[in-house]
Amino acid sequence: MEKTWNNKAWFMVLPVLVLVAFSAVIPLMTVVNYSVQDTFGNNEFFWAGTDWFTDVLHSDRFWDALTRNLIFSAIILAIEIPLGILIALNMPKKGLGVPVCLVLMSLPLLIPWNVVGTIWQVFGRVDIGLLGYTLAALGINYNYVNNVFDAWVTLIVMDIWHWTSLVVLLCYAGLVSIPDAYYQAAKIDGASRWSVFRYIQLPKMKRVLLIAFLLRFMDSFMIYTEPFVVTGGGPGNATTFLSIDLVKTAIGQFDLGPAAALSIIYFLIILLLSWIFYTVMTTSDAQK
Amino acid sequence: MARINLDHIRHAYGPSPKSPSDYSLKEVHHEWNDGGAYALLGPSGCGKTTLLNIISGLLQPSEGKILFDGRDVTYLSTQDRNIAQVFQFPVIYDTMTVYDNLAFPLRNRHVPEGEVDRRVNEILEMIGLADRAKKKAQGLTADQKQKISLGRGLVRSDVSAILFDEPLTVIDPHMKWVLRSQLKRLHKQFGFTMVYVTHDQTEALTFADKVVVMYDGEIVQIGTPAELFEKPKHTFVGYFIGSPGMNVLPAKIDGSSVDLDGQKVALSFAPKIAAGAKTELGIRPEFVRLGREGMPVTISKVEDIGRQKIVRASFASRPIAIVVHEDGEIPTDPRVTFDPSAINIYANSWRVTDSLPIGGAA
Ligand SMILES: Nc1ncnc2c1ncn2[C@@H]1O[C@H](COP(=O)(O)OP(=O)(O)OP(=O)(O)O)[C@@H](O)[C@H]1O
Ligand SMILES: [Mg+2]
Repeated sequence: MEKTWNNKAWFMVLPVLVLVAFSAVIPLMTVVNYSVQDTFGNNEFFWAGTDWFTDVLHSDRFWDALTRNLIFSAIILAIEIPLGILIALNMPKKGLGVPVCLVLMSLPLLIPWNVVGTIWQVFGRVDIGLLGYTLAALGINYNYVNNVFDAWVTLIVMDIWHWTSLVVLLCYAGLVSIPDAYYQAAKIDGASRWSVFRYIQLPKMKRVLLIAFLLRFMDSFMIYTEPFVVTGGGPGNATTFLSIDLVKTAIGQFDLGPAAALSIIYFLIILLLSWIFYTVMTTSDAQK
Repeated sequence: MARINLDHIRHAYGPSPKSPSDYSLKEVHHEWNDGGAYALLGPSGCGKTTLLNIISGLLQPSEGKILFDGRDVTYLSTQDRNIAQVFQFPVIYDTMTVYDNLAFPLRNRHVPEGEVDRRVNEILEMIGLADRAKKKAQGLTADQKQKISLGRGLVRSDVSAILFDEPLTVIDPHMKWVLRSQLKRLHKQFGFTMVYVTHDQTEALTFADKVVVMYDGEIVQIGTPAELFEKPKHTFVGYFIGSPGMNVLPAKIDGSSVDLDGQKVALSFAPKIAAGAKTELGIRPEFVRLGREGMPVTISKVEDIGRQKIVRASFASRPIAIVVHEDGEIPTDPRVTFDPSAINIYANSWRVTDSLPIGGAA
């Protein structure tokens, strides 16, 4: 078919462009603006060039927080993805169990972040929280306020509780799209449970798993509310992630320049890592 | 290789079936001979796939038993029954190569790799995909996928039976013919019991020694192609086999004479018919003679199909098909006679023999 060229079509996307400009580009440019200038108040700005970036990249504070972020994301991905697959595989495919499971699975996803944080903050308290109290009663020395390990465990368990459902639901969507004939053929071919997973279920889940992986990576890498509510970044700086550090710099110390530079670096890291994951995962798919 | 007995098998997909219409498979009681080649023929939804799945163990029948060589296997799993099945909708393992797809059923059963290689190469040769052996199965065309699916069914040499569920639907006619003859050759060579489901009567008649015709959840006739043609047990078999199908005309039977809406036809026997049964006369278009003698018909259309002409006419206010030789003439005052030896009489749709009053059989 002959393509028709009509430049008026651009007007159709204009509203979206305006919206994106106001919601993303303009704020981003403001941040860029801050990141290359210095101010001492009174609305006076001085050109700072790349100084703030150099500062940020040379500070231990930044590298420590980044390391914490990477470790945190790695741990929760290593747990949530396999766990999500496992739960999805064991969910019922038909009958009354389906809606029941789906609703149960969606519940954690419907709770706002800060509420999740508050729930766990109270839940884990040694004096009044069910979890903290029980653990203490069992003689386990658990205290997320003082103990670094306990603080991390609390954050990780909380994230798993909150977000594994997302992986489950995505995988489940992939699984139910597999026609019955595949399982029948596998039975005839004498395939083991593992082979069915490896050659039928996993290939069908590949696409949704990629999405789940990217979503969980980006989201966990930007984690803010939960540690802010539960541990406040402590004990010490043990759970001070980049996002928390950023807010401390920007609002706590009102260092807008370094904070802006940090924001941009943070943004670029997420963009870069997501792009790398996406490319690696999709090209390995294409080669096969 | 096994003799398979289906002992009063019934199957309903829904729970707690009550009326016969709740059953997708009404009652199948039949023996499949060891090493027989059967074609299973029937319209869509008549229960062909259901029957195959019950034989292979993918489905548990609601009632009845299945025996392999006299051994009850009703509760054995598909694996333990050792059956190969080719599905109606081709299943391939996308992430594997063509070779690995074919090797999969063998490797799962721990067949030595040398034997695997020999079998897989043989099958690759047979389905004509040898040049693609090392390619991923993902990018293949629909007919190549169907060939792989077929190949996986044939790759094991020790199976009790092979069940084919319309295995060649998207394959072009020439290749279809080639593969069908290959199947026959394999059948001769290994003596598998084979059941071949198809919609296509030519396919059924060329493949099988015995054709099993199913209709509405029941087996209505099992016979050689000639038996199905000459003595259809049920009017459905008459319609379904042959092109065009058998003419079935409502008839009043009186001793050995038949009244077709005023036209009398004499029979060579006196069918015994239960009182109140619906009676019909069946005659194949090939055995209706068009000429200047006999009963009047009104011709509405003549279809020339090469070596024959099919005459569509109206007889005793009923449509009737007549096959005429390509240079047979069509008279201006057309009349027909029926070949007496080719007349079948049906009571409640089931064929009546001269000695047996079958009447209300079902
Ligand atoms: N999984 C199922 N659940 C409920 N009913 C089913 C199921 N599979 C088949 N049926 C019903 O059972 C009947 C027989 O179906 P079956 O698939 O055996 O027919 P078929 O002869 O193989 O038809 P086709 O030629 O279209 O493949 C049909 O009425 C169908 O609707
Ligand atoms: Mg079918």
